[in-house]
Order: sequence, then structure tokens, then C-alpha cells
Amino acid sequence: MSIENATQVPSKVSVVSGFDITRIRADFPILAQEVHGKPLVYLDNAASAQTPQPVLDALIKFYQQDYSNIHRGVHVLSQRSTEAYEDARLKLQRHFNAEEVSEIIFVRGTTEAINLVAQTYGRSHIHKGDEILISAMEHHSNIVPWQMLCEQTGAVLRVIPMDDQGTLDMEEFDKLLSPKTKLVSVVHVSNALGTINPVKEIIKKAHSIDVPVLLDGAQACPHMKIDVQDLDCDFYTMSGHKLFGPTGIGTLYAKSKWLEALPPYHGGGDMIESVSFEKSVYAKAPHKFEAGTPNIAGTIGMGAAIDYLQSIGMEQIAAYEAELLDYATKALEQISGLRLIGTSPNKASVLSFVLDGIHPHDIGTILDQKGIAIRAGHHCAEPVMKRFGIPATARASLAFYNTHAEIDALVDGIETTIRLFQ
Amino acid sequence: MTESLQKLYQRVILDHYKKPRNFEEPASFHRRSVGDNPLCGDQVTLYLSLDGERIEQATFQGHGCAICIASASMLTEAITGESVEHAQALFETFQQLVSPDAGELNPSVDLGDLKLFEGVRAYRTRIKCATLPWFALRAALNNQQETISTE
Repeated sequence: MSIENATQVPSKVSVVSGFDITRIRADFPILAQEVHGKPLVYLDNAASAQTPQPVLDALIKFYQQDYSNIHRGVHVLSQRSTEAYEDARLKLQRHFNAEEVSEIIFVRGTTEAINLVAQTYGRSHIHKGDEILISAMEHHSNIVPWQMLCEQTGAVLRVIPMDDQGTLDMEEFDKLLSPKTKLVSVVHVSNALGTINPVKEIIKKAHSIDVPVLLDGAQACPHMKIDVQDLDCDFYTMSGHKLFGPTGIGTLYAKSKWLEALPPYHGGGDMIESVSFEKSVYAKAPHKFEAGTPNIAGTIGMGAAIDYLQSIGMEQIAAYEAELLDYATKALEQISGLRLIGTSPNKASVLSFVLDGIHPHDIGTILDQKGIAIRAGHHCAEPVMKRFGIPATARASLAFYNTHAEIDALVDGIETTIRLFQ
Repeated sequence: MTESLQKLYQRVILDHYKKPRNFEEPASFHRRSVGDNPLCGDQVTLYLSLDGERIEQATFQGHGCAICIASASMLTEAITGESVEHAQALFETFQQLVSPDAGELNPSVDLGDLKLFEGVRAYRTRIKCATLPWFALRAALNNQQETISTE
């Protein structure tokens, strides 16, 4: 089957009621283009998801009508900007069901959120000989900040192992969790494997001995409803650009009880009540953690992305993606010589794979020529690659705007790749 | 299959990828250099045995994509038995061959089968794969100890 045919085949139609894929795709103008003369099939959503028109409109409106610096401005534009910026905080609060709006801190992204916790909670609560627990499937952004903290404090990093499917070994977690543990920091959904970790169980167990838990939610929040109160996590981190919003903006959710107790992260304007050369008094959360002029437009764009997701419904998105993932998994499993990396029973729509005798970069180049965008490499998770004894994988990561026909195109592209190398 | 892909993944290139020539760590050698592109995972270790100004033997070990491994394999064939001076001229001409904005190739240097890598020109992100073994060669000829990278 050629790719041209693949996109015309009356492929399986979603059974998720009210999910109008044609209308949804029309909201993403970037998807309606050809790459190398083929319809673009964008399957690199775990790296960055595309931006719908309402988010683009919000950014343009902000710059055309309302833009100014926020806070303390007495003029109209500054007031409008401040309102829009703080309104985005309310949207994030409601979307993640945080108890207080002040629990939403704007940062550059998940990486900065984790570094913030490492350098505030970590520097004030973690000492020599203490242990920090992470998992074997962390992105580098949930490894390196803790290694840096361990170098600074003499604390020790411990790693929860996983099995060959990419499922966390919870028996080992039980053994590793001890009075020495001062923080558990685990990924909610693995970017390289797609595994959805049993985070509620982890949090419950950690809390039973008063250990706080950080969840790296970068890959979870595009795919499912996140309720931080239901999870009961202490910290939750996310990136706007993976949630159909702009780059350079993200959120750290932190429980109120931590926010007042923690020292500031960066010093500067906006994070203070008063400054003199003798002493500065810090502002209250969230402003205490938001020094300097923030990414105002990015924040407003991220708020617009939340509105957009709410208009579709995270439950609808999760149901549609579950169906698409099932279709894609079955289709890829049919390909001889293809091995899926990450086959945990509980997965989000990420398909990492390797082909016998073909390097992932060659797969990526050939698929690109067919208009299909995937990612090839270690996905910033080198320890995961090492665990599976491979240098890299090819990864197709799906979003709710992807279609069954696009999965057919992917399968066709992989088969072409295999034929080329025969 | 596009013409451009067929030009990139030539039969000879795929053959060298599947059956790399001179793929071994020799018992003895004079020069060794490592090329490592950590972002994409291509890694090549090149070994040279020299007889004065002549390259007696070139072998390599490593792992990577088809372009990188084929480039290393064909490099070892191209320079074995050649003078150091000729190997350096091949290095220069190969860079011109794969560079998208290079002009005329030096007509006095015969690239032989290496010319098949011309297809890489159209793939900016893959040029570093083809050139990694060549920069490892230059490092070996210069007796440079540090690991080199083309990323």
C-alpha cells in the first residue's frame, strides 16, 4: 500500500462518541501541509506538540492589544496584561485541581521546575547521607538536577529498577523506600517507553513514612486528566509546549505547605516585598519563585491551550488515544523484524521501536522523506537505552489529532524502510 | 522510494553497512582515534598501522547508522596502502563532496567509490554521520588523543 493510498483508505473510524477528528485537525493549521510532496504525518508529539489556532489567536491578540509588563503598572495595558497573566494561573489551577491558586508557579518548563525543587526543597531539607529515590526510566531532567544536589550535599541517588516490559519494580521500590529517603521523584509517564507509572501507590507508600513526592508530568498531562489533590503529590511539573502551548513556559505545582517553608529560587524583581541594602523581604508564593519579568505571552498561550483542551475534554482525549494506541500497537506488532521497546500493560500513546539491522537514524531519515515526523535517538533517557541494551530507538508519539490513516502511513513507511535495507 | 533516498542509500553503501570491511581491533597499531557523536550515538574507533609515510593498514570498530558505518568501512579501504599525504587529500575532498555549499571537487583527487556519498549533501542532518570517521582519521594522522565529534 502506498502512502497516498493509505491516507485515502476509509480507515477505522473512532468509536469515541462526539470526537470529531476532522474538526479537531482543522484547528491545527500546521498539520495541513505537505513535506517532501507527501501529507505531513506528525508523530513527534512527545518532543513538542503542535499549537491549535485558538492559542495562536490568543498570542496575537495579546501582542496586538494588551501587551505590557505585568504587576505594579498603573496604566491600562499593564493592568490587562497582569489580569491575563494571573487569569492563566487560575486556568492552570482549575485544570490540575490545585487547592490554591498560589500553588501554581510559572517556570520555563519541566526542567526548570525540577531544578527549582532540587535547589529549594533539596538544599534546605536534604543532607549528607540522605537518599533521593528516582526511577530507571527518568528523562535526564529528572536525573541531573538530583546528581547536582547530591554533589552539593553528599546525599545519595537511588534508582527503582524496571522489568523488560518497562514496568517499575514495585517490590524493589518497597525495599528502597526507607527512613533515609528524603524525596521520591519519579516520572508519571515515561517519554521513551510510554509507561504510566503507579504514582498513586508510590505517593501513598512514601507519605506513610512522611516522604514527599515529585512527579515529572511532562508526558502525562497531554494524555490524561491530572488531579493533583487526588494524586496527593507534593510537587507536579509540566511543560507548556508538550501541552499544545508555547515553548519556554511550564508550571510547577507545589503544595501550599511547602511553598511558605521553602527558600526562594532566583533573587530579583517581582519576588520581593521590599528591598534595602541591609535586607530584603521576600514576597509570598507564587511570586517568591517568579523573579524577573516572566514569559507573559507564553503563560497566556498556555492558558489558552488549557481552555482548548477543556473544550474537547481530557476524558475524551484519553479514550480516543487509548483506541489509537491499541490500533498502532497491533499494527506495529505485525511487522516482522520490529521490536517494541516499552510494552508495559499500562501505557500512554508512545511507541518506541527498533528494527533488526537498521539504525533508528536511518529509519527517521527514510520516514521523513515520506512526510512522517518521528524522533530517533536516546530521547534524553540514556539509562533507559542502556537498560534495554540499545543505542537508540525510533519513537512515534501520538496526540489526539493523529488518525488511524496516519498509523497506516507509518506502517507503510516502516515497511519501505525494511525493503530498502534488504 | 524517492530518487533522493536511493541516492543516499546506494547499494554499495548498504553493503558496507551490513558487512563492514576491516572491522577489527588489530593486535598492534601505531595510531588510534575515537570519533563519538553522543547525541545520535554514532561511535567509531579507527586504528592505523604506519610504515613511515605510508598507511600500511586501517581498521575500525564501532556502531552507528548506515551512513556512518559505511563511511568508516569505505574509508579504511580507500586509505590502506596509501600515503599519509594522499589520505589527507581524500579527507579534504570528501568534505567538499558532502558539503552542500562546496564548489568544484579537486580534480586531481580520485575519490573512487567514495563519490557515492554525494547523496548525503541533500541531508543536512546526516552529513555529520558521513564525516565522523574522516575527522577521526585526521585526528589519528595528527596524533591527536582526544575523542573528536562532528556534532
